[in-house]
Amino acid sequence: MAAVSSLSAELGGTAQGSAPRALRAGQRRRLNLFRYVMFTIFGLFFLLPLLAMVRFSLEGSKLGTWSLAAWKQLTSYQGPPPLLPAIEITLELAVITSVVMLVLVVPTMIWVRLRVRWFSRVLEFLCLLPLTIPAIVLVVGLAPIYNKIERVNVSALMLFWAYVVLALPYAYRALAAGLNSIDATTLSEAARSLGARWSTVMFRIIAPNMGQAILNALLLTVALVMGEFTIAYLLTYVNLQVELFSISRNTTNAGVLFSASSATLLFTFVLLMILTYIGRRLHRGRS
Amino acid sequence: MPFLAYTGIFLLLPTGIVIWNAFRRPTGGFTFSNISALNTSTVRSLFVGSFELCLISSAAGAVLGALLAYAVASGNPDGMIRRIYIAGSGVLAQFGGVTLAFAFLAAIGPTSGVLFHASWYYNFPWGIALIYVYFQVPLMVVVFLPAIDAVKIQWREASENLGGSTWHYWRYVGGPLLAPAFLGAALLLFANALSAYATIVAWEDQIAYVVPQQIGVSMISEVGLVNFNQGDALATGMIVMVVILMTGYFLLQRRAARWQR
Repeated sequence: MAAVSSLSAELGGTAQGSAPRALRAGQRRRLNLFRYVMFTIFGLFFLLPLLAMVRFSLEGSKLGTWSLAAWKQLTSYQGPPPLLPAIEITLELAVITSVVMLVLVVPTMIWVRLRVRWFSRVLEFLCLLPLTIPAIVLVVGLAPIYNKIERVNVSALMLFWAYVVLALPYAYRALAAGLNSIDATTLSEAARSLGARWSTVMFRIIAPNMGQAILNALLLTVALVMGEFTIAYLLTYVNLQVELFSISRNTTNAGVLFSASSATLLFTFVLLMILTYIGRRLHRGRS
Repeated sequence: MPFLAYTGIFLLLPTGIVIWNAFRRPTGGFTFSNISALNTSTVRSLFVGSFELCLISSAAGAVLGALLAYAVASGNPDGMIRRIYIAGSGVLAQFGGVTLAFAFLAAIGPTSGVLFHASWYYNFPWGIALIYVYFQVPLMVVVFLPAIDAVKIQWREASENLGGSTWHYWRYVGGPLLAPAFLGAALLLFANALSAYATIVAWEDQIAYVVPQQIGVSMISEVGLVNFNQGDALATGMIVMVVILMTGYFLLQRRAARWQR
């Protein structure tokens, strides 16, 4: 597949004139050989493990046969621990985390952009800090805090407090890109001089103009929550990834392990595909 | 502002707690014994293990990722292949964790591999390093591609007009230009491998080879060896390392950005 698509890229390249067209023919041939080899090797390296996992999930009771049994078990697998509640919890966490993150970050970012610009460096630092502090370190410090939370509520949904922090860098970068692409100051001055209150400026003027950025931030947050393992596992909650881990450790049911893993991946890939696809369409619509 | 309160409680406070507890006795009072307790052969081997794994996976990831980034950059800037590889790298760089280890188990697991049965699958560090390379290469592409894109074709033409060969170009023009960006990206990859936990636990959860695994063991242990202060001390060690790496990364990025404008 990689070779086919690189071929089409080449056809497009000769038509439009690609960057290194100034190279001599011999160099160009060697460069193209190098590119095809790279694309093929890396295409295989990236695709084969994923395909192997899907193939394994379709394995029948006898080796080498095909069967949907493992995929049918996705809803019925009883564990221990059962699979379906873990999926539900993870999806609920994804929704709660996204909502809390938006409510927390979007007004703050707009407010800082419009009223307290000197604060923007601090905001950026705080938002990107979780990239520097690994989850495995953060969870050590979160443990005593979660001890207190568990006295009030023991539900795994409480994980959202930590997940919002993990999602901050990704959401911030997506939202910052959106905020930079519009002229927030002019928009807010226009609205203010027409008599709008600050809340109107924020929620009815600026935020609707950042639709694409907000969608990006949402999808990235959902993808992050779907794949989170470290914090849930070490605070002894069961989410989807912890569930997959315990299936792999406690049972010999390899089929359902690989079908659930494949399903998770497919779901995340589809989400991120939506992100790139809608992003490109909106972009095209504007330009 | 609610934002400050939130990040204060769930970001700054946990980090503070880790560092604070690293210097405290379980009974209260300050001590350096948690830190000096790190100086045992067991813990040293963990740091050595982390270093080996990060060095191998980030060196391999940086070199291979740079080659792939160059292959992507030298093609048609609007081409299909470029779009696929950029979107794919963005996804795969984040794709780590439990499912990645299972994908490799399905592909080359020692008894179950669909492709072949790799007897070295559970060898440290090579088996796990191969799995790490899977997300290190895409991350390198994401971080390094902007630097390669900023290299101007005119510089190559100038080098050729002055009689320089391909070797001369890379030795005296392209190489020195890209070196800071390359080293910076390699540091980022190193920090990335250092922080990874889920992948290596899903790969092997019985033996602790690297620092994050031991932090996990110190937090939950089935044999009653829970030792929070050791976890805090190890975590503080990791904070120190990551801060050094990230500082290096930012300095090198600044150096690299000089000619990108």
